[in-house]
This record gives sequence, C-alpha cells and structure tokens, in this order.
Amino acid sequence: MSTPPSPLALRGIAKRFGSVQALHGADFVLAAGEVHALLGENGAGKTTLMRVADGLVRPDAGAVLVDGVARALRSPRDARRLGIGMVHQHSTAIPSLTVAENVALAAGWPVRPAELRRRFGALVARTGLALEPDTYAGRLSVSLKQRLEILKVLAAEARVLLLDEPTAVLAPAEVGELLSMVRAFAAGGGSVVLITHKLDEALAVAGRVTVLRHGRVTLESAAAETTPARLLEAMLGRDGGTAERREVAPVQGEPPVRPALVVADHLDLPRESGYGVVLRDGSLVVRAGEIVGVAAVEGNGQRELLRAVAGLVQPLRGRLEVAQPVAFIPEDRTTEGLIPELSLAENVTLGLGDRAAWVHGTRLRRIDWRAARRRTAELIRQFGVRAAGPTAPAASLSGGNQQRIVVARALELAPRVIVAENPTRGLDVAAAREVHERLRAAAAAGAAVLVHASDLDEVLALATRVLVVAGGAILAPGPAPTRATVGALMLRGRASS
Amino acid sequence: MSTARALLVALGAVALGLALLALGLWAAGYDALAALGALWDGAFGSWYALTSATLVRAVPLIIVGLSIAVAFRAGALNIGAEGQFYAGAIAATWVGLHVGAWPMPAAILATWLAALAAGALWIVVPVWLRVRYGVLEVISTLVLNFVAEALVSLMVQGPLQEHTHIYPQSDLIAASARLPLLPGTRLHLGFLLALALGVSFWWLFARTVWGFRLLAVGLGPRAALVSGRVPARRMIAAALLLSGAIAGLAGAVEVGGVSRALYQNLSPGYGFTAIAVALLARLRPLGVILTGILFGALEAGAGAMQRDAGIPSVLVYVVEAVIILVVLLADVAARRSLARGGQG
Repeated sequence: MSTPPSPLALRGIAKRFGSVQALHGADFVLAAGEVHALLGENGAGKTTLMRVADGLVRPDAGAVLVDGVARALRSPRDARRLGIGMVHQHSTAIPSLTVAENVALAAGWPVRPAELRRRFGALVARTGLALEPDTYAGRLSVSLKQRLEILKVLAAEARVLLLDEPTAVLAPAEVGELLSMVRAFAAGGGSVVLITHKLDEALAVAGRVTVLRHGRVTLESAAAETTPARLLEAMLGRDGGTAERREVAPVQGEPPVRPALVVADHLDLPRESGYGVVLRDGSLVVRAGEIVGVAAVEGNGQRELLRAVAGLVQPLRGRLEVAQPVAFIPEDRTTEGLIPELSLAENVTLGLGDRAAWVHGTRLRRIDWRAARRRTAELIRQFGVRAAGPTAPAASLSGGNQQRIVVARALELAPRVIVAENPTRGLDVAAAREVHERLRAAAAAGAAVLVHASDLDEVLALATRVLVVAGGAILAPGPAPTRATVGALMLRGRASS
Repeated sequence: MSTARALLVALGAVALGLALLALGLWAAGYDALAALGALWDGAFGSWYALTSATLVRAVPLIIVGLSIAVAFRAGALNIGAEGQFYAGAIAATWVGLHVGAWPMPAAILATWLAALAAGALWIVVPVWLRVRYGVLEVISTLVLNFVAEALVSLMVQGPLQEHTHIYPQSDLIAASARLPLLPGTRLHLGFLLALALGVSFWWLFARTVWGFRLLAVGLGPRAALVSGRVPARRMIAAALLLSGAIAGLAGAVEVGGVSRALYQNLSPGYGFTAIAVALLARLRPLGVILTGILFGALEAGAGAMQRDAGIPSVLVYVVEAVIILVVLLADVAARRSLARGGQG
C-alpha cells in the first residue's frame, strides 16, 4: 500500500520583510489525516510560513506542493480552491452581517434566506460546530467569533485547516472543545496545522511536531517520540527547562503588618457592557509585597474587578480604596495598551501622563519631547526591547516587544499597585518568564500586584495568593491551592460560596 | 510619515496636478503653456497679485484649515465649518455695525470675540448630540450649514438689511471695525492673525499635553482612555468647540478685511476647500499655512486664467482634486508599509 501524497508540503521556503529575514529555507510536510503542531517563539516565523501555504505571503524562494504538485499560490482564493483554509488570530468577519451571511460570503453561497438556512444547517450538522445563524457577527464573543472563522473555512470544503494560535483567545473549557473538534476533523481524513507556543497543547493533540526557531526548522518529530524539555530546547536554543512552573509560595505565615494597598469592601460592580451586575458583595485585600492571582472563567467578573481596582470601572456600591499610583497592564496591547501609529516615546508619555518627568507647567502643561525620547531610549535598553529607537512606531514592534514596552511603562510609574490582565498573552516562553520576573521584582520591592491570567497554571505559578471569581462572587480556595481545588472552585456557582 | 517625506509627497502631488491640467488643456486644443503662464501670473506674477489675490484668498483658507485640523486631529469630523463661518460673519457684522464710537483695536477685538462665540455656539448642538447620544458629527454639522446659509439670507433681508431696504445685504460695518490694509494692496491684518494662529496651534499640538492628548484620542480612543486616562468625550467636545470658534473667527476676518458687509454667498465654500487644505497639510498647523497659500494661489490664478486665456476657472478644481487624491494614496501606502513591517 503506497502512502498518499502529502496534502501540503513546503520546501525550502525563504522570505524577507524589509531588513528581517523571517524564513531561511524552511521545510514542512503535512500528512493526510494528521494534526501537526507548529511550535516556535514569537517571531520565529510560524505565522509567516503558514501564510505562505495560504497564499497570503509570496515566498522569495522555495516551493509549495499540494498533493505532490507544485503550485504558485497568488492569493488565499487560490489556496481555498485547492482545499487549504487558514483561521487567523483576529476575526475577519464583517460585524454588521449575520453569522450565516458571513459564511456565505466566504464560501460563495447564494444568500436567498431559505437556501442559506438549508446550507448553513447542513454545515452545522456536518461539522458539529453549532452557531446561531441569524446573530450579527459583531455581537459574538471572542471564542464564538473564532468558531465562525472555522466554519467559514470548512464551508469552503477545506481539507487542510491552518489554525493560527487558536487557543490564545479561549478559556480552558473552550480549549478542550476546540481540540476535540480538531481531532474529529483529522479523524475524518482532514489535516490540521496547529500553530502554538503551548507545549502541553501540542503534545496532547498533535501526531507530529515541527519547531521553528529564527526562521529555521530546528526539530521535526512524532509527538510520541519527543518530550517537553526537548521541544523547549528546540524553541529556545538552550536548555529551557521548566523553571516556569514555580512552587506556590506559602503566604499563610506572612505577618499581617504589611500595609493593605488595595481594600475592596462589599463591592457591587456593573457588567462592562453596561447591563446588569457582574459581581456582588465582593471583598478583597491586597497587601504590599503580595501577588494576588485571580483565577476565573471568562465573563465571571474578573475583568470588571481588575478594572475597578485600576480605576476604570465605577463600583455601583461598596468601598474601594486603592493606593496611588496604580499601573494597569491591559490584555489587549494594540487597542488598549498602545496606539500603534504613535512612536514608543509618545506611547510612554501617554501612559505616564502628568507623572512623566518631562511634563512641565501647571495650567497648559508642556512636554519636553527630547527628554521623553532620551528616557524611552533608556527603557528600550533596560528592558531589551527590539526596536529601531524611541521614535519607531509601536506598530513596527513584534507582540513580545510591544508588551515589554507596556510593562516598562507601567513600572516607570513607580506604582504602589499593579493590575495586570493576561500579561503574557501571546508571548513566547522566554518573554513570558521575563514578564513574571518583572512582576515578582516589583512585588518584592513593595508593590501590591493583582493579576489575572486565563491560563490557570500561570496564575498558580505567579501568585503568592490565589482568589477565584465565579458566579458573581470572590472566593478563596484553601491554604495550598492546586490545579484541582482551584479548578473545582472556578466551576462552582454563587450558591456554594 | 516624516516631515521631509510629507513635503515631498505634497510637492509631487502639486506637480502631478498641474501636469494633468496642462495635458487636459493641450488635449482640448488650448495653449497649455500660455494657460499655466496666466495661472502663475495671476497668483505670483506681481506684488499686487501675490498680496491682493493669493494671500487675501489664503487668509480664510488658513484660518478655517486650522479649525478643521483641530477637530480632525481628535478624530472628530467637523464638516460644518462653512456654517460656523457664517455664524461668525453674522455676529461680527452685527457687532461691527454698533461699534462706530469705539477705538479701532477694541472694535476689531469685539467683532472677533463675537465671532468666536457664535462659531462655538453653532456647533454646540452637534457636540451635545455626539457626546450624549453618539450621533455622528459628520451629519449634524453638515446639516447646520444649510441652516446657517438660510439664516444669513434671513438676516440680509430682515434685521441686518441695509438702511434703504432694497439690496439683500447689510450696511457697511463701522470704519473702526474694519481691518487695516497693507498700503497699496488689499491684504489685511487677518493675514497676520492667520500666521499667529498657525504658530500657536503648532505649539499647542507639538509641545503641550493637551495637544498630544487630542492626537491620542483621534488615533486610539480606547488606548487613550485605558492607558492614558484621557477622557475622550471631553477632549472631542473641546476640540469641536474650539474648531467651531476658529471657523467663526474666519467669518469675522472675512467681513472685517474683505467684504465689510454681510452678503449671501460670502463664502465660496471655504468651509469645504479648507478640509482639503488641512488634509494636504496632514493636519499640521505650519503646513496649513503653506497649503492655504497654495490653494489661495490656485484660486487666484484660476481667475486670471479665465480672464487672460479664456479657460474656465473651474478646471483648477481638477488640480485640487488630483492633489488630494495623490496625498491620500501616499498616506494609505505609508500605512500599509508600516503594517507590513510590523509582522513577526
């Protein structure tokens, strides 16, 4: 029995963007019916390589073979015709069209209501991905938007599914759902490329693993024949180890003399969308030197709690006292953390506001931009930001480097309280570790840190004390929280609190 | 985009626009060289042409262009400068008719203050609708242009009509409220005001926290609020009110320096041409001074071209349109290359 030709093979792909060589002759072979994890740090070239397969990026050198035949892909439309579809990190749906209309647009279906409903129903039945066809795409949650993206690709009869960091935006329960969809698709004969930098996820779901580092393939192996340590080494180019997982520091013995920098007393918080109460009667104390980790399933009020402490959400009721200055690290770097069109010096100035050393005067305050650029250049050096300089636009930086600037700016405030929302979202292992170290150092220097991460392991690794927000209440797990005890609490409703 | 590159793009756009005009004239059988010569002479050919044609037309374009730049920087699209200009012109005329006994500086200042207030007042409703209910200011400000034009029409046939009640215009404003002229020309004090405003706005935008916040709100209102604690609504409201006031001031300057009375059609669409002026300058105040003079020159030259070469002056609008298109395209290209550079 001969093996069928690979549905997608990339040979010797090279691509340069300006001064950056993103890919140096990378090879990648996908087998029919397999889930193939593509691992690598931020900027390793994972997304670029898959954009080549999707026809979005034209390589400088190398060949794309589909079913063993070399193809010149000029656009995603060419790729789709050959059965290849990519799901991007950000939604490409049109918000003012319904779910079914978006799918029709992507797949080239007619939009007569009866016909559309019939086809959409058949698609849902075929894929097992349920979605309300008449909802406007703009009203979907992030995870449902992603489901819509997958439906759009599957509606076009894709045999090869390219998923760009699909789990980055999902809560733990949703990740499981997505991965079982991926497995089912592969079991039906389709092939999936899963771009990720989460090792556990790659090993759990993938049959094969390819690791990219600086645009080159450093490892290609069956998942069963490799280990997390070996993958990490291939990603980082050194012994990465698993130092990321740290013991949860005991805090019970901590003397209570440290000042409480955040005191929340019987807080009621409004849902961010403006309708209803998301958190009732919540109380919380964060003391100097503490890192309080908030574990929660998306939408339980952890976002509003953090934003209330950061001063962005007004409590409906209750007392909230927060020592100033407060630094806030929002989870969405490009819409809330930074203004992409502005330079790094301007973004740093924006975040520091009147506390910047280079803002003078009382009534019409003036900015000394020369001093702003000088200090920003120092921050770039201190925090190892890879940027052309303080006048480089924030958009020209990679995600990890953008986050370094956001963190550098937050610490530049000399904050007494730091509130961080998913501070390592989308970062590679080394950059995430660096952010953790910065937060720990700030806490050791006397700041009170309140942090939420969607990834429970990250909360457990980082926090000195863990709280759970579930069912509209703040809950405290026992003295030695574990994945199991915290996880159980996260799923409990208010009735059990 | 760097200042040098922006300047290069603008110059290229002007050259391309003029080249296309010449090509079109040549194709239509005109003497293109003679036409461009007439255009040049009408705009810059003599001291009189420069001061009394080009710069006089540039004054309202610069002042309204600055008004547009303030609003657009904050991401608020004030399309109602035409109406605010008229509101300012009405107020200035009314005050100008009543200050005959005042010393000149006080009389002029009074017309300016009245116009600033009237321009701001004319945009109060759009501001309130935008801030309170999120109604698009593009529509509300645009609609008020028609109301303002109707109001001028009412004024010059009613309360402000000249004393013989024959012509649809006001009496001439008091001599003390008229702007002094540069001897031997028709260029008035308003030109110095325009330059001073340009420099002031440059300082405000480039050197102050307020000006920087305005830009931040315009480019990224979410980030400005979350990371900068900038109250976006308040900034937008302030920008629109200031924009309205400055557009109103331009109306006072036109009445005080050029028309000396209120007419219908006092503005040949300054409120709209100034949008092009501001965009061509990339909303930079010092650039607005240059592009205002450029557009003033084009319109002055267009008149001369019609007189001396018999070519319809409206053809100059083709040049203006080409300039805007080229600049917008260059802007899109710059954005694209920035986005491409940002991919890991």
